[in-house]
Amino acid sequence: MALSREQLAQRIAQELKDGYYVNLGIGIPTLVANYIPAGMQVMLQSENGLLGMGEFPTDDKVDPDLINAGKQTVTAVTGASYFSSAESFAMIRGGHVDLTVLGAFEVDQAGNLASWMIPGKLVKGMGGAMDLVAGARNIIVAMQHANKKGESKVLQKCTLPLTGVNCVTQVVTDLATLRLKDGAFHLLERAPGVSVDEIKKLTEANLVIPSNVPEMKV
Amino acid sequence: MAGFDKVVSTYDQALSGLRDGMTVMVGGFGLCGIPEGLIDKMVEMGVKNLTCISNNAGVDGFGLGKLLAKRQIKTMIGSYVGENALFEELLLSGQMEVILTPQGTLAEKIRAGGAGIPAFYTATGYGTPVAEGKPTAVFDGRPYVLERSLTADFALVKAYKADRMGNLIYRKTARNFNPMIATAGKITVAEVEEIVEPGALDPDHVQTPGIFVRRVIKGKFEKRIEQRTVKK
Repeated sequence: MALSREQLAQRIAQELKDGYYVNLGIGIPTLVANYIPAGMQVMLQSENGLLGMGEFPTDDKVDPDLINAGKQTVTAVTGASYFSSAESFAMIRGGHVDLTVLGAFEVDQAGNLASWMIPGKLVKGMGGAMDLVAGARNIIVAMQHANKKGESKVLQKCTLPLTGVNCVTQVVTDLATLRLKDGAFHLLERAPGVSVDEIKKLTEANLVIPSNVPEMKV
Repeated sequence: MAGFDKVVSTYDQALSGLRDGMTVMVGGFGLCGIPEGLIDKMVEMGVKNLTCISNNAGVDGFGLGKLLAKRQIKTMIGSYVGENALFEELLLSGQMEVILTPQGTLAEKIRAGGAGIPAFYTATGYGTPVAEGKPTAVFDGRPYVLERSLTADFALVKAYKADRMGNLIYRKTARNFNPMIATAGKITVAEVEEIVEPGALDPDHVQTPGIFVRRVIKGKFEKRIEQRTVKK
């Protein structure tokens, strides 16, 4: 079975480490915040100007002046700080954020990623994504392995306008965990009940398959 | 203190001198920390052919979305279109020129503009459409794109508190682009929730020193929330 959005977030949460400063993008990455392992301290950076993002507020604590990068009302944890957009991107571009998790329309084996527009059809804008992929030391892309038509989104070469070049190292999809190395995706794990053949069929990029591909633990 | 009293009492005074074809920077991230009354005044004035620099363009019917609806913006420089249907339509149909700019690059362009720096190198956007036609250079083995800075005829910001001398304090994530934008306008206008007497703000807490601010007006804010999310 392909992972649900929640399971995908759970799997990515296993990559967190105590003391990490982490930026979570809009969509599935945001859900990772729900699965931070107990006893672990992680500070979430929201690029609109908050380090130490907390959970959603109760109804009486909603504050229009306190939102995250997805424009959702949030709270701030003990030890949080607020800052300007320039300072926020000094953290991001300056390589001070330990881990960035973001979504994508496509990734390719050159480490490129596309996430902000589909020409003629859809323009979301890049927001902070181009800065995040240029500045992060460690990027995990969270995405569906294939689109609704069953076409691979893990490609030899991205077809859409790029967000960043040579920046992707790890991809977690609803089917597999992949690590990019020497121009090919290495299959590290498969979703529970998903066969290596299924993943192979839905991966257009060069795929290196070791003799043993364990199932993810989610 | 006559010479340093920046407070004006009407929106006409606040935006006096704003004309068709000018470049206007507007603070805010989404609908958070936007100068609502100054935007409404631009709509009422009917100024046209504006170049508007702001991270977002409001939503349909609120914030800068009102200027979009009246087609008052000729060129929009921002980073995110998101769920703003009219913005996306004007962009895709070519009815409005849109220069999509990465958020951190946008913040730095404005910061640099206000600080008298004409251009800077960043790795952001290298190898993507935003780098097309721009000079590049390699530093320590890594390629960077040369980005020009931005300034404006008018810079419109929203702050929490001001004193009469134009010193500003922001609140929580409503700060966002406002401090940089305050530095980058020929005329910077701050719309604030509360105006206090000089001396009432601790100088250690001032986030935008009054030298950057020409006019201060006490505004009225709806503070609409884009995504009200609560814990169940």
